[in-house]
Amino acid sequence: MNSEIALFLIQDGLTNGAIYALLALALVLVFAVTRVIFIPQGEFVAYGALTLASLQLGKLPGTAWLLLTAGVAVAAVELVQALRIGAVRRVPAIVLHYVLVPSAIVVLAWWVAPQKPALTFQVLLALLLVVPLGPMVYRLAYQPLANASVLVLLIISVAVHFAMTGLGLVFFGAEGSRTPAFSDAHWKLGVLTISGQSLWVLGVSLSLIVALLLFFEHTIYGKALRATAVNRVGARLVGISPAMAGKLSFTLAALIGALSGVLVAPITTIYYDSGFLVGLKGFVGAIVGGLVSYPIAAAGALLVGLLEAYASFWASAYKEVIVFTMIVPVLVWRSFTTHHIEEEEE
Amino acid sequence: MSALLQVRGLSVAYGKIEAVHQVGLSVEEGRIVTVIGPNGAGKTTLLAALMGVLPSRGNISYAGGDLAHVEAEKRVGLGLCLVPERRELFAAMTVEDNLVLGAFHRYRKRDKSINADFEQVYQLFPRLKERYRQLAGTLSGGERQMLALGRALMSRPRLLMLDEPSLGLAPLVVRDIFRVIAGLRETGVSILLVEQNARAALQVSDYGYVLETGEIAVEGPSAELASDPRVIESYLGLASGGAG
Repeated sequence: MNSEIALFLIQDGLTNGAIYALLALALVLVFAVTRVIFIPQGEFVAYGALTLASLQLGKLPGTAWLLLTAGVAVAAVELVQALRIGAVRRVPAIVLHYVLVPSAIVVLAWWVAPQKPALTFQVLLALLLVVPLGPMVYRLAYQPLANASVLVLLIISVAVHFAMTGLGLVFFGAEGSRTPAFSDAHWKLGVLTISGQSLWVLGVSLSLIVALLLFFEHTIYGKALRATAVNRVGARLVGISPAMAGKLSFTLAALIGALSGVLVAPITTIYYDSGFLVGLKGFVGAIVGGLVSYPIAAAGALLVGLLEAYASFWASAYKEVIVFTMIVPVLVWRSFTTHHIEEEEE
Repeated sequence: MSALLQVRGLSVAYGKIEAVHQVGLSVEEGRIVTVIGPNGAGKTTLLAALMGVLPSRGNISYAGGDLAHVEAEKRVGLGLCLVPERRELFAAMTVEDNLVLGAFHRYRKRDKSINADFEQVYQLFPRLKERYRQLAGTLSGGERQMLALGRALMSRPRLLMLDEPSLGLAPLVVRDIFRVIAGLRETGVSILLVEQNARAALQVSDYGYVLETGEIAVEGPSAELASDPRVIESYLGLASGGAG
């Protein structure tokens, strides 16, 4: 291996690692706030990428129908609950949030998609179609059992993952898609060629991480999410509803997932089931951070990206094996350095 | 004058075991009412049910409305606030952030008077101002209680429920805390105070209830309770002297 290849692999590794870092942060966030190990995180990556690909073909993406159906289902659940306690005042807000707004997004997509608008607009549209699915999934699958044990929540995650993968196959078909790059620019830096797309990935990931940091440090909702993660009872006592915190963290996770999908779509071919592996690599990063530390999780995910790049050069057949084997020494090391805390139930 | 809080026939059960049985009590606007009683009498359970953290049967009416279907988070917005026995602070966050979060529901309503309340809380507890950037988890026991009280005041409560505010604190700190509680009367806040330190509680309050094994055993104006032989024998004996 010469230095040119080494540098190229670093560039490749950092680009993928940035995506894994975003996903790792989302996983840590969701776990800290809701105790859910969010396996379907990867599905949001695939949905984001495939929705953008459909829009670029001028078609109405299948996620539009999913958004409508999920919205109607959430509205039904909320309406039953509201009417049972006689809270008729809530009905208009429920209908607006879960039926009218999703319908408006779908109509917009249906009207705009065949005109093949500019890429920025397509990306925004893809995010509008996919991100609301995050809080809807939380409302339908997790909120009814929000106080269950971590294991039960994990089982729900597995179920949601399989359901979403299956729906992905229904809506997008078995063929993979790859979207055109955001930028065709290339720069020569000594022996190294830097592609515009990898700069896009790194730039967007970095901005998103900074934005998240500012959100958690300086906004009242960011602080509310941290408070919920630190002390659930205390959070309720100051008026932070666990359901609100759950929906907000799932919205962020869905946004991060869908945006990651949009970013990787031009780099790798994404299939309906590709999200799982991508998400799992983010998960390895999150585990390095013990599912609690944001900076260590991000660093771990970058390491996963680099390891993957070098592994695919030396032993490409064993690439995934090498990446996932990394989790073993990490778990051994963590089990020696952290004292085990039994899960507290109320 | 109608009561701010009116509780009738309230029962709370953990599974099949009833911890609070058919309790009735009322708190009038601007009054300090105390619930005293031995360990395990159900005092903490009672407050948790009033806050909506525990499910209960019976009728809780607050400011003229029924609280049956109002979740704990929403009750905060109505002006109910509980300072629990375990304080439940956000240990990994700064003192200032804890206070900010106390006013969470007011930020949602874009209340402009929050900053003035910061000053008030800092004036009440200068120690918190000195330590505003410190993590709540690094505070001493007394400072934590101050922060818990400060965080509660940031929500602008109409009815403040305090669960054992003197628990585990040094006598001098207990005196400070009770001085603050007495001072809150001037601000028009109604207070429901649960205490094992019966002497101090009866001194600061207007009306008192004695809770024994989940039921109200005695009730009356605090001054009368303090001279009631049954209360003196069980709760104000020589052993409970000390702070106050």
